Amino acid sequence: MEPGLYQILILSTALFFIGIYGFLSRKNLITMLMSIELILNSVNLNFIGFNKYLWPNQMSGLFFTLFIIAIAAAEAAVAIAIIINLYRSHRSIDVEEAKDLKY
Amino acid sequence: MSGSTIIFYLLAAASVVFALLSVTTRQLFRAAIYLLFTLICIAGIYFWLQYEFIAAVQIVVYVGGIVVLIIFSIFLTQQAGEKLAKQKTDRQLLAALAVFAGFIITVLQISRQTFFQTDKTPVPPTMENIGQQMLSVKEGGYALPFEVISILLLAALVGCIVIALKEKKTSTQSIKKEN
Repeated sequence: MEPGLYQILILSTALFFIGIYGFLSRKNLITMLMSIELILNSVNLNFIGFNKYLWPNQMSGLFFTLFIIAIAAAEAAVAIAIIINLYRSHRSIDVEEAKDLKY
Repeated sequence: MSGSTIIFYLLAAASVVFALLSVTTRQLFRAAIYLLFTLICIAGIYFWLQYEFIAAVQIVVYVGGIVVLIIFSIFLTQQAGEKLAKQKTDRQLLAALAVFAGFIITVLQISRQTFFQTDKTPVPPTMENIGQQMLSVKEGGYALPFEVISILLLAALVGCIVIALKEKKTSTQSIKKEN
């Protein structure tokens, strides 16, 4: 079967739900962050697939993907700063340990 | 089956397998490396779709930036070789069940949907076209989102520095608390 939009959509669905599984089943903050990166990647793949196969006359999906990548980078940097600060004060990055928002 | 079809299915299977390994392994460092392979496979799919610019950005930002950041934070917060604590089986089972149901429903919806392709002349996603549309202020240009993203990145940078800044007062307080 020649791969087309359906195959891309199914692949991105699979990646999205694998990311959701990681987000639900893990308790370590770094692995949860990695799951979020997986989810964002599946969304990017979706945008690119729609842009390539349905509306090749414009580049909206491509620009959304670029902006999502930029936001993901900013988000990862802030999240890791928060995680390292949390580790400094709690000696653990487990979400169950971080019950108080104040240090 | 042509060569390009085989390459697509290989890349898709590899990305799904590495993603699964990344969310199920109990060694944090290995999870990061599996995530790296998944991101590289997705970059390969962008190359396969002939969106070379996005593939390059994916490799530079994700593989070169975010994964390195994640590995740094793993080294800073985790003892080397230490395994993650085992999760409760019922929590994992429930998560797997919910995810599986969601996947099946979405795939059914996708297979029922018919998509219609536009018959207008395609615009090739070359560097020149991307750059001109990105900075154009005319209709259909993306100058405003570009500026908003640049302010967001600046805010994130400043925010990171403020969060990571170690104040003397707070550190003595936390030492007092520990004692």
